[in-house]
Amino acid sequence: MIPIDYAIIADIIAPGSKVLDLGCGEGDLLALLKDKNGCRGTGIEIDSKAVVRCLERGVSVSQGNINGDLGVYDDNRFDYVILNESLQQVLNIEEALDEALRVGKRVIVGVPNFCQWKARLQVFFLGEMPVTERLPYKWYNTPNLRFLSLQDFRIFCALKKIRIERTRYLANGQEVYFCTNLLADSGIFVLRRPDTIKT
Amino acid sequence: MTIVETKYAQLADAAKPLNLRGGARLGPVTVAYETYGELNERKTNAILIEHAFTGDAHAAFYHKGDVKPGWWDDMIGPGKPFDTNKYFVICSNVLGSCQGTTGPASIDPKTGKPYGLSFPVITIQDMVMVQKLLIDHLGIGKLLSVAGGSMGGMQAAAWAVMYPQSIHSAIIIAACHRHTAQQIAFHEVGRQAVMADPDWLQGDYYDQAIPKRGLAVARMVGHITYMSESSMEQKFGRKLVKKDALGYNFSKEFAVEGYLEYRGQSFVERFDANSYLYLTKAMDYFDLTEGDRKLSQVFSGVTADMLVISFTSDWLYPSYQSQAMVRALKANEIEVSYVELASNYGHDAFLVEIAEQARAVTNYLAKVYKERVI
Repeated sequence: MIPIDYAIIADIIAPGSKVLDLGCGEGDLLALLKDKNGCRGTGIEIDSKAVVRCLERGVSVSQGNINGDLGVYDDNRFDYVILNESLQQVLNIEEALDEALRVGKRVIVGVPNFCQWKARLQVFFLGEMPVTERLPYKWYNTPNLRFLSLQDFRIFCALKKIRIERTRYLANGQEVYFCTNLLADSGIFVLRRPDTIKT
Repeated sequence: MTIVETKYAQLADAAKPLNLRGGARLGPVTVAYETYGELNERKTNAILIEHAFTGDAHAAFYHKGDVKPGWWDDMIGPGKPFDTNKYFVICSNVLGSCQGTTGPASIDPKTGKPYGLSFPVITIQDMVMVQKLLIDHLGIGKLLSVAGGSMGGMQAAAWAVMYPQSIHSAIIIAACHRHTAQQIAFHEVGRQAVMADPDWLQGDYYDQAIPKRGLAVARMVGHITYMSESSMEQKFGRKLVKKDALGYNFSKEFAVEGYLEYRGQSFVERFDANSYLYLTKAMDYFDLTEGDRKLSQVFSGVTADMLVISFTSDWLYPSYQSQAMVRALKANEIEVSYVELASNYGHDAFLVEIAEQARAVTNYLAKVYKERVI
């Protein structure tokens, strides 16, 4: 079965687009976009074993770091740059997003919501860092470097004058349409560069 | 146990010599090669394997009477990454070597004596040109892949630049697009060791004692560069050979000394000292940018799908060199995959760190075959 976030991203991306998946893991999303949407795609992944798995799925991926590895691409090289469940693991968020917005005409960001009600309850009643199905890690073994809410991300985009073109919010694999920062466990944002606002 | 034999093809002669990059002409040229598996009817399943510096055409299976298989037998064979049930695998000895292909130890028909130093200086590109003649000779229009590690990887990179229409893909392992000062420096130490041997005689030693000591020292230096510090420490540490206490003399006491001596000695029995000079020089001359071009420009004509592999502990051909190639390929919108595999074996990893490399190559070839051939 296709995970709902993959299905939503595949739904957003126009057929035949050129895509770059940053932090593409074992390449499942890229393979889906290639097979279903006829996309030409590539990815960057930091884990060598995952890169080898990508080859198994028939996608070309290079091992590297999201920070610092996009310099080779011209502006607007890709129709979409995807940062699904990877932005919160990036050290230099601003640089990564700036670069993604430079090389991609649109950037799709999928981030977990660290302030969903389940997490809030744990913080409030237990006084502990939250551990949920969606965020299963303890503070000492989490791969995440940045902890943010969906509201935090919206504020960040406003501050950076990044245009949020579309949003989709999810909780337990279902779409959520209201009180998103409280109810949703993750959000998917389609972003465009500040300079595209006028055009 | 599958027995294979080396075959020979004459690909140039005095009337139709090779025009070498250095300006010289060379003919006749004989090439030693082996093939494994079957060429399919459409001739779409051929893969050319490129050997490293002191390798040879015998990449897989066994020669009659041998106890050891070819040098990349872990990677080539039925069910292995270069699967001989699916692919037709070719490996040839490079120009300038001494294992069946024309080189400085071959007889110069003009004099009836070995060429020695009158053999022209050759380049990686010259080796590739000869391989292209071999592929033509075998009637193959387009290779599914060219693949190799170290000097073999340099050849694979050169193939992608020189004959883009003749390959569907290239696998470049533990290699570079140009030799650096450090790489040249290690080679120069090796060459100086050979040339300092009184038996070398300006390369004209073929009817007398060979320059064993110099060549052995050269090989010892080479072996140090092929390992990593930690793999040497693990393998030898400060272990002593056949004794419990230090002897306070200059005998071979440490295990690592014994190992290097053994490697040096066994090498001189199978490799020609002049070939050592020519092949190291060929690698040192290797620079796809020809000094001043941008690598992204050099790769602008590449059409092959590319796989680049490096190893974490390889300090002789460090990952940054592979990454430079990957960046230049990406800048040209060339389909490229890159993986830096974890290994402790240093540069030797491509010959011994098989598991993940095998998986990568297997998957990659399946992808290329599916996308480019079927």
